[in-house]
Amino acid sequence: MINWFKYASPRAFFPLAGRMIPWFGAGAVLLAIAGLYVGFFVAPTDAQQGEGYRIIFVHVPASWMSMFIYLVMAFWAAVGLAFNSRLSAMMASALAPTGAMFTFLSLWTGALWGKPMWGTWWVWDARLTSELILLFLYMGFMALQSAIDEPRRADKAGAVLALVGVVNIPIIYFSVQWWNTLHQGASVSLTRAPSMATLMLAGMLLMALASWMYTVAVALMRVRCIVLERERHASWLEEVSEVKR
Amino acid sequence: MRWNSAAEFFAMGGYGLYVWGSVGVTVAALVLELLVLSRRRKSALLQIERQSILERDGISEKQT
Repeated sequence: MINWFKYASPRAFFPLAGRMIPWFGAGAVLLAIAGLYVGFFVAPTDAQQGEGYRIIFVHVPASWMSMFIYLVMAFWAAVGLAFNSRLSAMMASALAPTGAMFTFLSLWTGALWGKPMWGTWWVWDARLTSELILLFLYMGFMALQSAIDEPRRADKAGAVLALVGVVNIPIIYFSVQWWNTLHQGASVSLTRAPSMATLMLAGMLLMALASWMYTVAVALMRVRCIVLERERHASWLEEVSEVKR
Repeated sequence: MRWNSAAEFFAMGGYGLYVWGSVGVTVAALVLELLVLSRRRKSALLQIERQSILERDGISEKQT
């Protein structure tokens, strides 16, 4: 039985995170190679959208990660708020920039997909607008944290914002059911069989897994930077091999 | 293999601009994030190193 609480301290977590990064990084690279191969060389041409549909292999993983990272970020923010644990708040801060990046990529690839298929880069409909609000929530979280000098207060203020913003996630997810929109419905859902060819689905899932592995690796890299910045006066850093004293 | 030539692959059935515009910007964003992170890590380690030199010489940050 692993004592998980041991790893709630930056001192124990820092070397563990360092050992985990190469594994998640290698996994992300291998899964992305497999996913791009299936997506661009094996998956069939779409009957309606021709080769243009292949944007799906970037767009859907980016969109899923944009929402998933927000939920994980809000979870760590809530844990930090409830238990006053330093590392969970740092974890929330470490996830925000990557979440914002995937949200931007979701909007960007969506625009490049919308132009040839719908005839427009952008419409102010429910799915697109709520995803844009998600980008603003990430940016608001980061701006609020960097506007407060005292890190512990910044953590608390950011956590409250992150938790309030969670209301937007189901709005994004269900927007295609609740409102009329140009955006197509979910191709993959938990309750129905997927409405797409198996090879297309396989490529998409491989890319989603690769994005997840990438996110874990990058978030661990960033949380290690945050630990180094915030704990720079701590004596335990002397034990860390990367730190020259 | 679905493609007869490299040109056909890059043309993406006429959707080349949109498909490669998506893939290209995504790759660029990931590379940029990794670059920014490696610089942040280096500067954090450098700051700790400098601070420990100051402490060794008996100058604390608060005095300066």
